Amino acid sequence: MKGRGLRIYSILYLLFIYAPILLLPVFAFNSGTVIAFPLKGFTTEWFAQMAGNATLRRAIANSLTIAVSASVLATCLGIFAARAVTRFRFPGKGAISGLIILPIVLPEIIVAMSLLVVLLSIGIRLSLLTVILGHTLICMPYATLILTTAFNALDRSLEEAAYDLGETRLSAFRLVILPLVMPGIVSSLLMSFTISLDEFIIAFFLAGNEVTLPTYIFSQLRFPAQIPMIMALGTVLVLFSILMLTLAEYYRRRGVARTGARESGGLL
Amino acid sequence: MTNTNTSDRKPMIECRGVHKHYGDYHALRGIDLTIRAGEFFSLLGPSGCGKTTLLRTIAGFEDISDGVVMIDGQDMVHVPANRRPTNMVFQSYAIFPHLSVAQNVGFGLRRDPRPARDKAAAVEDALAMVGLAGYGNRAAHALSGGQRQRVALARALILKPKVLLLDEPLSALDRKMREQMQVELIKLQRQVGITFVLVTHDQEEALVMSDRIAVMFEGEIAQLDGPEALYSRPASRRVADFLGVMNFLPARVTQDRAEGVLVETPGFGVVEIPNRNVSRANPDDAGPMVGFRPEAVSLLRAGQPESGNITHGTIDEVVYYGDMTYYDVRMDGAAGFDGIAPPVRISMRNVFGRELPDVGTRVRVSWSPGGLILFR
Repeated sequence: MKGRGLRIYSILYLLFIYAPILLLPVFAFNSGTVIAFPLKGFTTEWFAQMAGNATLRRAIANSLTIAVSASVLATCLGIFAARAVTRFRFPGKGAISGLIILPIVLPEIIVAMSLLVVLLSIGIRLSLLTVILGHTLICMPYATLILTTAFNALDRSLEEAAYDLGETRLSAFRLVILPLVMPGIVSSLLMSFTISLDEFIIAFFLAGNEVTLPTYIFSQLRFPAQIPMIMALGTVLVLFSILMLTLAEYYRRRGVARTGARESGGLL
Repeated sequence: MTNTNTSDRKPMIECRGVHKHYGDYHALRGIDLTIRAGEFFSLLGPSGCGKTTLLRTIAGFEDISDGVVMIDGQDMVHVPANRRPTNMVFQSYAIFPHLSVAQNVGFGLRRDPRPARDKAAAVEDALAMVGLAGYGNRAAHALSGGQRQRVALARALILKPKVLLLDEPLSALDRKMREQMQVELIKLQRQVGITFVLVTHDQEEALVMSDRIAVMFEGEIAQLDGPEALYSRPASRRVADFLGVMNFLPARVTQDRAEGVLVETPGFGVVEIPNRNVSRANPDDAGPMVGFRPEAVSLLRAGQPESGNITHGTIDEVVYYGDMTYYDVRMDGAAGFDGIAPPVRISMRNVFGRELPDVGTRVRVSWSPGGLILFR
């Protein structure tokens, strides 16, 4: 019976991770107002409630705005950083790349607090923009790591070959480098988007009067009557995540197959 | 060796006093070099000798710290790589993996004003030239090493550059493929008539392919000559040692004469070495040396009649290569001035089916003074 213990362990492990998530749709379609077994009956009322909630719609719109902006910004900055680190030698390179990665290990609450203090003291009003800046900051390390891997996998002479064949530095980058690091860019966008979408602390500190998805959900948890709707919302979010993941992985695999390249910066 | 006489052609590449520094590292130390139009020229040297740096300065990928690089009479100092009349075949081939074979080959035609149909025809011609007709629609990443090499060649040659630069283009291929590509490259060069500059660390490759070879050590050109001159009259011990196998024996110069130099060397006794075989560039101290190539002397079989000079020795090692064999022979009396007698390497073409002598066999070595080179 060798391996049985391990099998039980892995089943328990998977249950621990996924069972709570599997409960989301169960209660989202349950007509009872209390989150408890036994289930009462089937209903789609919570979804209807969700669709009719103006604050929630606003929170979703805000979160999407923030997540898209922050992921695009972080990925652009990450491209600059990754390109510089992989292509050039300059003084202080090690220290600078270390400092770019550092926010990964900094407690987010510290980052959020110090950002709040600085923004208030220089008189910037809290808004979606401040959240976008904060989220760009915490997404940057991940974007840079992913993109550095992608850029590192490139043969440097590819770019030289394009230049040698008459292209300018810029068009060589556009025609050769960009298509080849595209899977890395997609990974970076996806990663940053996901981090930003469910980020709570910075959004809570820096959003001012605005509401984002996580801060909205947190604020609603105080009202037991809202919980079934939150369950419905959670179900939608899980489905959305699975869809995004599938799309990204499909796109990445297609890219890898087309260039025949080894894995380059794919995170998933 | 391609045996084309190019000495009357006009200069295509001229380097005058070219220096290159990377911080404290002095990669090129005053390169003076003229490469003639239509020549197959090789830069040969061990890794780190500056040969690739020199090629990259010609291509325009590296700025030079000092000196002049001219291509076809034009100073290249302010001409960037994308405007130089040179194209490069990279060591890794640098085939664009996301493009098809035809897109790779036609890459440099993007800015060409010709209609698409003419460009497609040019691509097909270029592919045919390297033996890949009909491969246009294949994905570039699915090609074999030899095919990638050909695509890289077609991609560079389609622009009709004045100079084709090749950076160790064959080093990634297996031996069979490499030998085949060597011959094809020679034919291709003759067909297109473009100046080829090849960087290699493989002395055999340089000898096979080049009209002329510049041997480089530590950022300097040690000798520039045709393959035959380079092999049979190396200018220094270092060049001799780098190019093929050379046996060295300690020597003592006893007399300078009009036609040659009289030396005493263990194993051969007192010999007069003709002036053309005397290399006076022997900076690395060790005193005068007599050198000879493994094929410059020969072993006599038992019973084979003697002719010329004969010395005797014992076979120390037999290294069999199929078509030929290296014999390491301890020559009698070779325990010379310092009592040390390293075996010398002698090569003999094998005769099919004939038995090889064993280790320990006493042999006669037939030699002539014309096969000896004096480094003093």
